[in-house]
Amino acid sequence: MNDMSFVERNVDTKNIKIAAKDVQVYYGDTHAIKDVNVNIEDKTVTAFIGPSGCGKSTFLRCLNRMNDTIDVCRVKGDILLDGEDIYDKKVDPVQLRAKVGMVFQKPNPFPKSIYDNVAYGPRIHGLAKNKAELDEIVEKSLRRGAIWDEVKDRLDAPGTGLSGGQQQRLCIARAVATEPEVLLMDEPCSALDPIATAQVEELIDELRERYSVIIVTHSMQQAARVSQKTAFFHLGNLVEFGETGQIFTNPEDPRTESYITGRIG
Amino acid sequence: MTDATSSNVPGERSGKTSLYAQDARTKRRNAAEARFRAYGIAAIVVAILALIGLVSSILYNGSSAFRQTFITMDIYLDPAKLDKDGSGDIEKIAKVSTFGYAPLIAKAFEAEFEKPGIGVEGLTAKKAAKMISKEGPADLRRFVLANPDKIGETVTFKFLASGRIDGYYKGRVTAETAKLDKNVSPEQLLLADQLKEAGVLKTTFNFGFLTNADASENRPEAAGLGVAILGSFYMMLVVLCLTLPIGVAASIYLEEFAPKNWITDIVEVNISNLAAVPSIVFGILGLAIFINFMGLPQSAPIVGGLVLTLMTLPTIIIATRASLKAVPPSIRDAALGVGASKMQAVFHHVLPLAAPGILTGTIIGLAQALGETAPLLLIGMVAFVREYPAGPPEGFFDPAAALPVQVYNWTQRADPAFVERASGAIIVLLVFLLAMNAIAIILRRRFERRW
Repeated sequence: MNDMSFVERNVDTKNIKIAAKDVQVYYGDTHAIKDVNVNIEDKTVTAFIGPSGCGKSTFLRCLNRMNDTIDVCRVKGDILLDGEDIYDKKVDPVQLRAKVGMVFQKPNPFPKSIYDNVAYGPRIHGLAKNKAELDEIVEKSLRRGAIWDEVKDRLDAPGTGLSGGQQQRLCIARAVATEPEVLLMDEPCSALDPIATAQVEELIDELRERYSVIIVTHSMQQAARVSQKTAFFHLGNLVEFGETGQIFTNPEDPRTESYITGRIG
Repeated sequence: MTDATSSNVPGERSGKTSLYAQDARTKRRNAAEARFRAYGIAAIVVAILALIGLVSSILYNGSSAFRQTFITMDIYLDPAKLDKDGSGDIEKIAKVSTFGYAPLIAKAFEAEFEKPGIGVEGLTAKKAAKMISKEGPADLRRFVLANPDKIGETVTFKFLASGRIDGYYKGRVTAETAKLDKNVSPEQLLLADQLKEAGVLKTTFNFGFLTNADASENRPEAAGLGVAILGSFYMMLVVLCLTLPIGVAASIYLEEFAPKNWITDIVEVNISNLAAVPSIVFGILGLAIFINFMGLPQSAPIVGGLVLTLMTLPTIIIATRASLKAVPPSIRDAALGVGASKMQAVFHHVLPLAAPGILTGTIIGLAQALGETAPLLLIGMVAFVREYPAGPPEGFFDPAAALPVQVYNWTQRADPAFVERASGAIIVLLVFLLAMNAIAIILRRRFERRW
């Protein structure tokens, strides 16, 4: 259903990075996610939109098994990352999360120096053999996080001392430092002002060259600005998934139309 | 109620009101607020007055324990008395008991009487020697046994004045009470004044109070806190070494790793319950298990430390869990999000942030244990201990006293000089507690200032 718009968006053909099949999520007795089937492509920004409580964040957190930390949460169905089931018994969530990085709603830098914030992931995964390599990784990550120029003179300053937008870009730099393949972003701009939001959005567009980016957002304008694919969730169902342009201009499902025109949600 | 709805329509204000005039409802509300503030201030004033009363009464009674009257005299260590055959053999010298030293002290007084302005009618040197503490000859004997080469020389020796003479300079004893007292006579008091004039008798800071062992009923002037401080120190060492690792490990497991089910619920409830168990119950437990069942020695700091550990653990677990809970979950998410394992997230990020709280909780727990008396009474720490416990680790198994128990012990004794000693011991205990709380505050400030 989205073949047409590939051309107008000028995007290359992509591999399927994450495939979800019949995913069900339960919180205790609550059926939070119902029968979600979605294929997320590599080197694409995919936006999850929908009203509050529709399950988009829950689904996002399933993709790197952050829901494991919640005792009552159960996930059924298959989620395949490059064809491998991430909920397989053999999969260690720690290894998975190194591949599937995450940026949270509220900027949450560690109360350590900017350098240590970025260096933490590479350190625990043993990505650098020595200090010089680690320095290189930190610089590269901070550059990718589009914050290097602002912090290069004060890498020893605490990460918590930065402004909100800088903190969020630091968190993105921290997430990309472990060389993930997928980057999950849970409303990354909801705590930021418009200028910081614009910077982060610009950054997301750059990140698309290397990673598959999935972003949960409440702002439909943001989804339209940054994403190539959009998924609309409503009451735990994936209502519609397709080209962003198509979802916003010519939605197939009446619920999607109601939401994007502001009648529900 | 009624005035707000004086118009017949409920919920509607009647007429136009001015903002300058307070209506009855606002007045009532403001009065209630003013009353509440007054109650609060009154409560704080009462608390402060009580604290001032407590501290000043302790200081008033106890500060004199830190001053002690000494009589310094030249004394001739007569070889004819101490080393009869002149062999210098330490074992033979040791055979001379403290009774052998009393005449030497009497002789020293005779020498003092030859000085001008000293001497009271009807007071012989032998009677005057009673002004020296009963501990005096023992002190001298200890000195001679430590320095046998001094025999035959004249040494300047600082004797403890007896408790009554000491009391005379602290206002406890007067010429009237001395008439009724068989331990002291008015003549001795007169002589004491003369000696003071001559600079022989002096009141100085009482280091012995902090270093000496306890002394028997009739020599309060020699009683000190040395053994009690050492015993308390050993117990705190045991408590710290056991509660910190056990308490922190238990809290981290319960807070971060344990599944939430009925077993952990029971554990949690019981930890809270244990924190509320009267401390004497832990004493009975310690007596039954550590002494009767495991056969550890009575009065030993190791047993006291174990009992206090049991008592302190719930406090430390509760404090540690509270400070772990206070670490924002976003930090855990952040660590897990970059691929840290649960344990890495806890040890690299959560624990350092919770450390100030954990340290404060631990020190508060230790301070509580330091002041605890009841359980120690049951495991025999109340015994009269003259011997210092050995150095660690053997010292943990030697009999020792503890500071709060020493206070309890001294308040049981008849001689009023012990009231002063008990209050002095309370001051020492309070200084330790204040020091520990100060350390807790400093540590918390230092750790929190980092970011």
